[in-house]
Amino acid sequence: MTIEIEDLHKKFGKNQVLKGVDLTIDEGHIYAILGPNGSGKTTLIKSILGMVIPNKGQIMVLEKPIKKDWKYRKQINYLPQIANFPPNIKVKELIHMIKDLRNSVADETELITLFGLEPFLNKKLSTLSGGTKQKVNIVLTFMFDSPLIILDEPTTGLDPKALIRLKELIQKEKAQGKTILITSHIMQFVEEVADEIVYLLEGEIYFKGSIETLLEQTEQTNFEHAIAAITTIGSHA
Amino acid sequence: MLKILKYSFYDLIRSRWSYVYFLFYLALGFVLLFLNNDVSKAVITLMNVIIVLVPLIGTIFGVMYYYNSREFTELLLAQPINRRSIFMGQYFGVAGSLTMSLALGLGIPFVLYGLLRSNAIFDFSLLLVTGAFLTFIFVGLSFVIAISNENKIKGFGYAVLLWLFLAVVYDGLFLMSLIVFEEYPLDTFSLVATALNPIDLSRILILLKLDISALLGYTGAIFKKFFGTDLGFLVSMAILLLWTVLPILGLGHKAKRKDF
Repeated sequence: MTIEIEDLHKKFGKNQVLKGVDLTIDEGHIYAILGPNGSGKTTLIKSILGMVIPNKGQIMVLEKPIKKDWKYRKQINYLPQIANFPPNIKVKELIHMIKDLRNSVADETELITLFGLEPFLNKKLSTLSGGTKQKVNIVLTFMFDSPLIILDEPTTGLDPKALIRLKELIQKEKAQGKTILITSHIMQFVEEVADEIVYLLEGEIYFKGSIETLLEQTEQTNFEHAIAAITTIGSHA
Repeated sequence: MLKILKYSFYDLIRSRWSYVYFLFYLALGFVLLFLNNDVSKAVITLMNVIIVLVPLIGTIFGVMYYYNSREFTELLLAQPINRRSIFMGQYFGVAGSLTMSLALGLGIPFVLYGLLRSNAIFDFSLLLVTGAFLTFIFVGLSFVIAISNENKIKGFGYAVLLWLFLAVVYDGLFLMSLIVFEEYPLDTFSLVATALNPIDLSRILILLKLDISALLGYTGAIFKKFFGTDLGFLVSMAILLLWTVLPILGLGHKAKRKDF
C-alpha cells in the first residue's frame, strides 16, 4: 500500500472541505482523482503532501505517518497546478536548483529533449509562455526517480504533441511499478491513462473503482457521460 | 535552510529593486558628503534618513517578496525540505540582501571620502549596525503580517500601518502623554517608552553616541545617563536583538500551522 488515508477532515474557516475521507492507494496503479470544482481534490492532494494540515484523521505514506515529518516527500514527485517560478532565474538554473534542494540524482537531459526545451534553457522564466512553463514543470517533476508521482492538472496549456509525450511518460513510469495520482478535467485524458477512478463529491468519496465498473453502474457506454451521471448511482463506493 | 537562503539571496540581488536601493544609498552618501563636507555631519543627516526609510523599505520589500514568491514557496513546500527552513531561508535572504545594499551603498562613498582616517568611524559603524537591526526587525514583522493575511491588499495595508505607527504615530502619542502627565516624574516612563519602539531606540542610541545630547536638555541628560553608559548600550542592543528574535519566532510558529 502506497498511501493510506483514514477519516480525513479539513475545514477552511466555516467551509468543511473534507468530511471523513478513507482511501487506500495501492502500488503500481494510476489513480485519477475526479470531482466537480470545489469537491476537495486539491485539498486531498495537498494533505498528502503535508502542505495542508488536516483537522482530524491520519495519512500514511509508504507505511509511515506523515505528521510532523518532511523526509517522506523525498519519495514523492509533485506537479503543482499553477506553475509560477521565480522570475529572475533561468530554466537551467531552476532545474539545477531543484536538484540541489532535493539532493538526489536526477536525469533531466532526456526529458528536455523529449519536450524540445533546449532553446529555452538560457531564458528567464518570466519570458516563457504558459505552455512552456508547464513543460518545465513536467521536467522538474519527472526527472527524479520516486515511487509516488502526484500530478495536479498536468495537461494545462500543453500542445497535442507534448500531450502525447506526457501520456507516454506516464505509461513508462507505470511500467516501472510506480504509483501515480492524477487530477484532471479532461475526461478523454483520464480515460486513456487511469486504471482506477476516485470520485470526490462534497468532501467525501462517492465512487472508487475501475472505469468498467463505473460504466456498468451508471449504465452508460461513454466515459464522459458516465462521470456526468455518476451522482445518479444510489450506493456509495 | 542555507540553500534556500542562497537562492533567495541570488534571486534578490539580481532583481532591479536591489540595485535601485543600492544606487539610492550610493547617491545619498555621495551627495551628503559633498554638501556637508564633513563626515560627522553627514552621519547625522544620514541618521534621520535611515531611521525612517530603512524600516519602510524593509516593510514593503518583505511583504512584496512574500506575496510574489508564494507560488514558488508552494513548489518548495512539496519538496523534502523542512517548512521552517523554507521561511527562515527566505527571511534571511531578503533581510540579508537589503542589509548588503545598505552597507555597500553607504560604505563605498564614506570609505572613499576617508572614513577610515576620521574619528567618525565608530558612529558610522553604529549607524550601519542599527540600520541592519532595523532591516531585520521590519522584514521580520512584515513576513509575519504577510503570512497571517491571505489577502495581499490587507497584508500590505497592515504592514504599512505598522510602519506608520512605529515611525510617526508612536512619537505623537509619546509626546502627548508627556504633556498630559507633565505633573508627574516621567523619567522612567520615557526611558521605557523609548526602548519599546525600535525606531526611537535606534534614534536615541545614535544621537547619544554622536555627543549632541546636550541639545536634548534635561531629558537628554537622563537619557545620556542611561543609554550613554556601557550598560545602557548593552541593554539597548539586547532590546534590539529581542525585537529581531520575536518576529522570527512568530514566523516559525505561523509557518508550522499554515495551510497552503
